[in-house]
Amino acid sequence: MTDLTSLTLAEARDRLKSRAVTSVELTRAHLEAMERAKGLNAYIAMTPENALQMAKASDERLIRGEGGPLEGLPIGVKDLYATEGVHTQACSHILDGFKPTYESTVTANLWRDGAVMLGKLNMDEFAMGSSNESSYYGPVASPWLPPNWSREKALAALAGDKRGLLTPGGSSGGSSAAVAARLCLAATASDTGGSIRQPAAFTGTVGIKPTYGRCSRWGMVAFASSLDQAGSLARTMRDAAIMLRSMAGPDPKDSTCWPEPVPDYEAAVGRSVKGLTIGVPKEYRLDGMNPEIEALWSKGAEWLRDAGAKIVDVSLPNTKHALPAYYIVAPAEASSNLARYDGVRYGLREPSADIVDLYEKTRARGFGSEVRRRLMIGTYVLSAGYYDAYYLRAQKIRTLIKRDFERVFADRVDAVLTPATPSAAFGIGDKSSEDPVEMYLNDVFTVTVNMAGLPGLVAPAGLSNEGLPLGLQLIGRPFDEETLFSLGEAIGQAARPIPLPEPWWR
Amino acid sequence: MSVDLDAVRRIARLARIRVTEAEMPHLQAEINAILKFVEALEAVDVEGVEPMTSVIPMRLPMRDDVVTDGEIPGKVLANAPLSEDDFFLVPRVIE
Repeated sequence: MTDLTSLTLAEARDRLKSRAVTSVELTRAHLEAMERAKGLNAYIAMTPENALQMAKASDERLIRGEGGPLEGLPIGVKDLYATEGVHTQACSHILDGFKPTYESTVTANLWRDGAVMLGKLNMDEFAMGSSNESSYYGPVASPWLPPNWSREKALAALAGDKRGLLTPGGSSGGSSAAVAARLCLAATASDTGGSIRQPAAFTGTVGIKPTYGRCSRWGMVAFASSLDQAGSLARTMRDAAIMLRSMAGPDPKDSTCWPEPVPDYEAAVGRSVKGLTIGVPKEYRLDGMNPEIEALWSKGAEWLRDAGAKIVDVSLPNTKHALPAYYIVAPAEASSNLARYDGVRYGLREPSADIVDLYEKTRARGFGSEVRRRLMIGTYVLSAGYYDAYYLRAQKIRTLIKRDFERVFADRVDAVLTPATPSAAFGIGDKSSEDPVEMYLNDVFTVTVNMAGLPGLVAPAGLSNEGLPLGLQLIGRPFDEETLFSLGEAIGQAARPIPLPEPWWR
Repeated sequence: MSVDLDAVRRIARLARIRVTEAEMPHLQAEINAILKFVEALEAVDVEGVEPMTSVIPMRLPMRDDVVTDGEIPGKVLANAPLSEDDFFLVPRVIE
């Protein structure tokens, strides 16, 4: 029998419908794989009894012919989605023991459509990071081995501090690792500055951050409310499209959630890209750019041209301001959102003499160093005397960034093609964070998309000379995720398939 | 633009995060590294540009002014570190 965890989400869906396999069998296969992969640290909370219960209920519905679009399909959930009665801590110590009494809208949509929850996935604390190294639960090891590492060396590192093993990216590192290691058929993730797209690029998987407002943020632990967006991570374009369709949709509980219905994203996968115009922005060509990345980017444009699209040079002049502006806006919004973690109503509480002592001690103990750093910056740029010079200015620059894209799209460009990351995956412990900005530079190609509220998709496009996955990013018009899925599929068809690593960890 | 140790103390106070004296210099260096990184924005011409308030063109949706939630003290207090009689308990609040 085929290893059930090697099926794509779409293949599993079809086999469940035809009753060639049951959800219980599929779920069991994934739970076993998760047990054997514990060392990767992708899951920080596994829910096997609940999963089997959900699978059994799905099988009953499938027998009656009443299955939903995700019926019986086992998926993983990033730890920042509120899952009722189940560990939800955004991988932070300050939310110790928190079990929500409500379900996030995005996950409620998944259960409405019949999906089975396998557990909660590791992430950078409060989604602040690009490597999953800031998680309270420790780093995640990518299923991709560092170049020239033997299995023995990898297993030794896995059992220790994981130093040298590759990061699966961040902040959705647990999601990308689990998808690439076949520990779930797909995963929910979130993206504030690149946290879905960069991990997808690092692991050879597909990641989509839809337009701001496409998915509801109700029940998602908030980082930066004007930038956060839910999205899907999967092994194929079709799978990511199927997941996103279930996740997305109007929600009266989120006043920033777009009220229009969700199109059939799966139908866009495989649609012809003939006649589409693709913009290649010159400002994304950085000084000293990795030549492999630059070559892949040109190749991507060639593939789309061969598929019938027209390639044009475009200009997005304010691109270089996006990353610094993001590192003012995002921490500022985070400082406001994370003010609620004060030891009073949930999570960690430190023994203290009075209320201010309670706040200060709890927050000092509960927040990791990256979170603390960003909260301090955020507090500073919003404080009296600095608000205008920093936050207001950054928000004006944001308008300029969005206007650049609007101008390009008005000029009949359908999507913009850029690299996804400045390099392939780096090693755990490599970016020693003496200079915090070193890690932030990972987001250089992705933050513009959040700043402008646009949809962004990463498609696996090739391997580096060292054999590590590289991705390409497509940026689309607001609410035009369909065009991104069809372009992403065209890239996938043209590129050589990237086989995901065989398990070396069991 | 950079911050001195007094500013770091003030920021820590505003953020309600206890930072020990020993931790201050390192935190100061981290903050200054980031402020140096964002310095380039000072040169951008933002004359006449509106700050971004809504990233998608959406008006705040309205609803009828009726009660649709509440009467669930058990759920609200379910994760409380300390509670009693439908109240969260906290150490004294000094006026």
